[in-house]
Amino acid sequence: MPEYAKFTEDMIKTHTILVPDMLPIHFKLLISIFESNGYKMELLQNDSRAVVDEGLKNVHNDTCYPALLVIGQFMDALKSGKYDPNKTALLITQTGGGCRASNYIHLLRKSVAKNFPQVPVVSLNFSGLEKDSAFKITPIMFLKMLYAVLYGDLLMSCYNKCRANELVSGASKKVLDKWQKKLGDIFKSGSNQYMKTKKLYTQILDDFAAVEVTKQKKIRVGIVGEIYVKYSPLANNHLEDFLISEGCEPVVPALMEFILYCVAGIINDAKIYDKKTKVTTVYSIAYKLIYGKQKELMNVVKKHGVFDPPHDFEHVRSLADKYINQGVVMGEGWLIPAEMAALAESGVENIICAQPFGCLPNHIVAKGMSRAIKEGYPDANIVAIDYDPGATRVNQENRIKLMLANAKR
Amino acid sequence: MANKYSLGIDVGSTTVKTVITDENGNIIYSKYQRHLSKVKETVTDQLKIINTDFPDEKFTVCITGSAGLGLANSAEIPFVQEVHAAFLAVKQKQPDADAVIELGGEDAKIIFLTGGVEQRMNGSCAGGTGAFIDQMATLLGITADQLDELSLRAQKVYPIASRCGVFAKSDIQPLLNQGARREDIAASIFQAVVDQTVSGLAQGRSIEGKVLFLGGPLFFLKGLRKAFVRTLGLDDEHAVFPEEAPVFVAYGCSIYAATASDSYKISELIDKISNAESHDSIITGEPLFTSHAEYDEFIERHKKFDLGYADIHTYEGDAYLGIDAGSTTTKLVLITDDGRMLYSHYSSNQGQPLDKIASQVKKIYSEMNPKITIKGSAVTGYGEDLIKAGLSVDFGIVETVAHFKAASYFCPDVDFIIDIGGQDIKCFKIKNGAIDSIMLNEACSSGCGSFIQTFAMALGYDIAEFSQLGLFAEHPVDLGSRCTVFMNSSVKQAQKDGATVEDISAGLSSSIIKNAVYKVIRANSPDELGKNIVVQGGTFLNDAVLRSFEKELGRNVIRPAISGLMGAFGCALYAKEMAGEKSSLIGKEELESFSYTSKTAQCGGCTANCQLNIISFGKGRNFISGNRCEKGSGKAGKNTIPNLYEYKYNSIINTAKTNQPKKPIGKIGLPLALSFYEQLPFWHTFFTSLGFETVISDESSRDMYYLGQHTIPSDTVCYPAKLAHGHVEDLLNKGVDFIFYPCMSYNIDEGDSDNHYNCPVVAYYPELLLANNPRLNSENFVHPYMDLNVRKNVVRVMTEVLKKYNVKGKIPAAVDSAFEAMDKYRSSVSAKAQEIIDQARAEGRSIIVLAGRPYHIDKEINHGIHKLITSLGMAVVTEDSVAHLAHTPKLGVLNQWTYHSRLYRAAEYVTTQPDMQLIQLVSFGCGIDAVTTDEVRAILESKGKLYTQLKIDEINNLGAAKIRLRSLAAAIENKK
Repeated sequence: MPEYAKFTEDMIKTHTILVPDMLPIHFKLLISIFESNGYKMELLQNDSRAVVDEGLKNVHNDTCYPALLVIGQFMDALKSGKYDPNKTALLITQTGGGCRASNYIHLLRKSVAKNFPQVPVVSLNFSGLEKDSAFKITPIMFLKMLYAVLYGDLLMSCYNKCRANELVSGASKKVLDKWQKKLGDIFKSGSNQYMKTKKLYTQILDDFAAVEVTKQKKIRVGIVGEIYVKYSPLANNHLEDFLISEGCEPVVPALMEFILYCVAGIINDAKIYDKKTKVTTVYSIAYKLIYGKQKELMNVVKKHGVFDPPHDFEHVRSLADKYINQGVVMGEGWLIPAEMAALAESGVENIICAQPFGCLPNHIVAKGMSRAIKEGYPDANIVAIDYDPGATRVNQENRIKLMLANAKR
Repeated sequence: MANKYSLGIDVGSTTVKTVITDENGNIIYSKYQRHLSKVKETVTDQLKIINTDFPDEKFTVCITGSAGLGLANSAEIPFVQEVHAAFLAVKQKQPDADAVIELGGEDAKIIFLTGGVEQRMNGSCAGGTGAFIDQMATLLGITADQLDELSLRAQKVYPIASRCGVFAKSDIQPLLNQGARREDIAASIFQAVVDQTVSGLAQGRSIEGKVLFLGGPLFFLKGLRKAFVRTLGLDDEHAVFPEEAPVFVAYGCSIYAATASDSYKISELIDKISNAESHDSIITGEPLFTSHAEYDEFIERHKKFDLGYADIHTYEGDAYLGIDAGSTTTKLVLITDDGRMLYSHYSSNQGQPLDKIASQVKKIYSEMNPKITIKGSAVTGYGEDLIKAGLSVDFGIVETVAHFKAASYFCPDVDFIIDIGGQDIKCFKIKNGAIDSIMLNEACSSGCGSFIQTFAMALGYDIAEFSQLGLFAEHPVDLGSRCTVFMNSSVKQAQKDGATVEDISAGLSSSIIKNAVYKVIRANSPDELGKNIVVQGGTFLNDAVLRSFEKELGRNVIRPAISGLMGAFGCALYAKEMAGEKSSLIGKEELESFSYTSKTAQCGGCTANCQLNIISFGKGRNFISGNRCEKGSGKAGKNTIPNLYEYKYNSIINTAKTNQPKKPIGKIGLPLALSFYEQLPFWHTFFTSLGFETVISDESSRDMYYLGQHTIPSDTVCYPAKLAHGHVEDLLNKGVDFIFYPCMSYNIDEGDSDNHYNCPVVAYYPELLLANNPRLNSENFVHPYMDLNVRKNVVRVMTEVLKKYNVKGKIPAAVDSAFEAMDKYRSSVSAKAQEIIDQARAEGRSIIVLAGRPYHIDKEINHGIHKLITSLGMAVVTEDSVAHLAHTPKLGVLNQWTYHSRLYRAAEYVTTQPDMQLIQLVSFGCGIDAVTTDEVRAILESKGKLYTQLKIDEINNLGAAKIRLRSLAAAIENKK
């Protein structure tokens, strides 16, 4: 097997790091944190059929759709001629765990090595993998990223609600753009201003609340599912936009829930398998810290009273226990049924589970659990939508329309 | 004035239906018409007819249907989702119905009305039903109505995979080739549709009470109705087939329309629809040819590769007959001893290959100069065995060998051959004059050539005409490269967006090529294929397909003029090489009186009870098929070639027969599924040493699958997991205190890997079983989480589980015995493997490491592939029996699953053993093998070993596996 190009210290200055288009709102904030630390980054936006074709050429076609798209998007970008391969690196997240997703970085490296052997692939992980890379996340960056996720979640949630109901088309986008820039500037500035959460949260909420909205009640549709397909418009054929065009309001659970799910999973595994170590204690502390931050956001939004607060994660966990053991930690694991229940409980009974075709954990946690969820919430209206390179948009939209027809009744 | 009339327009995938209702909701007009993809035209035509009767009335209007959405949007006419429209119609016409089943051209839907309204549609992979029936009828060379007629005279039903049309096709083909009755096949096709609906749609919810059947197929096809009524156990009162069934959805749509505020005259609607423009953009590719001159050059270039010809009436001398009994077509050639063509034939076998070929041989006898002597004959293809037996053909050879022979004739230094036939894609690389690696399309993307044909027919063209249309299409549609069912919906979308038939034709040609290049060959660049590429197979006679291939590769290839006859030509060449003095081929006189009868029987040679098809040709000559081993064929002699699959399977099955306590303190059910295929010795020993009796579910079978089918929520999960549902039901029926089935994120750590997970399905399947089988609860189904690597964890968890049995103190010792039993079993497997390897070496046999997972020893999962291998004279061992003999090589992927890491070590070991080859068994739907297969291939090929992969599913058809294995055997022979 070939040795792969490493990301070295001097590359920080010379190389532009390309970032896949997974969560547009959040990733823009995260990029500004890296930029304040001297990295050059660019969020990829290429979104043509060529992305899928490159994916098909470079990855085993039975590999899950997210891998195919992420790798396709990188390869398409590299081949576009827009980037000098001698001055470009690629960033991919790496989680570990029993799902196929842990292999993305390896599959990406395999295909990069074949075409652009000089391009290093950088791993974004929080488990200390890839120690020989100059791409490092300092504790302070880590902390900033945590805040960026909180802000991202708030922006995403307010923006979805506002733009589904706005009277003047584009009004919500203006607010989003304003805050995207403002928060980006704060993170880039290197000041501690980002920690003034209460003030900033309230300002964001006020700004969005000032957008004029219709009084007409919209059908609210929750989106759960595999993390990439759930969030990435590239993967889910712009699902949020489609729902809005159908006169619905998309409700997308916060990214922070996924992060808490990952941390809680490590702690819980140590407990159920009797494998507690010092690291477990560190994770427990981290969990408390993050949970506290989420709770703070929740309280501010609640107090403000206009928008939906994020789900209380401890409550989400207790909902999971009704349906599935928290030992199910591969892929999105128990989080999917738990989020379905949390949505149904908060009145969002129409739920789309967006997943890659043939997703292994989702056999169990999505399709496998919807029957049980429906028993718990008889009015829940759940539809699983499969995404893959061959599935057509018309087919997916038709299924969603069927779900909506049920909702309207 | 209030609106008097409302109009519902249902635009389905194949038909347009219109219904007008009056103010009382009565249907006063209805029409049902195939649209042959001319959606807009058909709708306007229907409106024009309505306009003659109602020129002045105003209508409220609504559109529904899978192909209606685009039209509704662009014409700004209200749209209602079709299942919802059906729901409205049912509420009106049959308010007391409990469930509705609707089959359309390409979709299947169920609405449950009582006990929580629920509406469901088929998943994107479940395939169409009406289109599926059409496709199957085409396969048999008859119309859907004739298929219906036939089905009513059926005597038996064969199991046909019900999940998707393509799977079913590969089940039906061998039945046809083996001479099964067409009546029975017709009925089996309908039964498959029913099974698909019940398992794919109902997903655990039973269809009971008064059931309403809707849609064209269910209205027109009596046999299909019968199958539904019988399977669901309904009586006349509870199975309702309404008069209006074909237009029922349009009726619901018109009810919905009645609530609309705007109304129009028909002439206004015609304007709206005719002026509607499609907003969606279609993704298109480059045209195949930009000019006629370019096309002419292309034709000229390919003309060069042709045979010489001789006249069968005047030629004198020796001749050789080659027969290719393909899956859908029959090919024959007769050549002279210097390779000139005397006679050739290519036609659809119409499901009766033997009759077709017999009549062709008869024709050759009657036409040929009496001074011609046929000195040899050979046959290949799916029908090889049948034809060889029936017509006493001298030789039967494997298809890959036949194709290689033929390709070398045209291009002696050929290094890559690709053959696209009616049903399958075969490609192989040639290295050092021998077949090196073979790639066949997997069950899910097969049917490529015949797919175009079915499509051409659906659009109202014959195949030749249809493909010509694509040659000069200006904007070929990009239809993606997945399975044909997906292509169906891609075509639907393209039609909706206004693509022309020309563009679709060109798009289909290019899809077939993309399938071949990216799915089957999985090439990154044309250089990977080879320098001298020969293409063949009937599908390549299609210039559009050939051109697409050259365009995709960016280089020219060789297509012999006899592209469709290459298999037969290769056979003739083989016969020429091997011929003796006289051919054994059936003589002219004998052929005059040639006839055969077929009947079915059950083997009874072992517990598998294979369904046998016995064809008698008279004079005591019989051909038996359907048997999975030699026993059924009536051939004497027992297969004594050692086989570790048998050993492992018997050890596991027999585990429960030992050490059962005399006075058990409880009865524990252990399902014979997934991880238990390895951990059974552990849990059996654990429980019995505590004084429990263990009950193991019965051996897997098709019936076992049906037993649990109704509780399977995800129809795309692998077959081994699906079988677990049946095993759990079986244990519930047996009566146990509780079923024990632990969840384990981690498997045993065998070292030498990055981690030691189970795959998500193996790890957590108990959760899914519990959530979907209403008979299970936390009392009778115990599924604790534990990690077998942490002894204290196992002790703690099991102490909690067995709290009420008062065995606390004995648990640590029981856990220790359990670990010992497991070790003992694993070492006995390795020891047995060594014994087999030694014996094989003493006998000079090749050794095959048939590498899969522990549960692949299940006969219902492996379909007896290991026996097929031993029947070719090779010994079989397993991946886990040799994995410990090698270290993990450096890998390009994360090596984090215990079962899968054994594959890498086993592959590494094989590279060090000259007489060993590895075959990887892959269960369909195993996502993890998308990672492992490329890696195992890389390990093997880096050291010059062959890589062979066999994909297995619920399909019990070893046709494709057989080709691969025989080709592998030929390649091994060649390498020696």
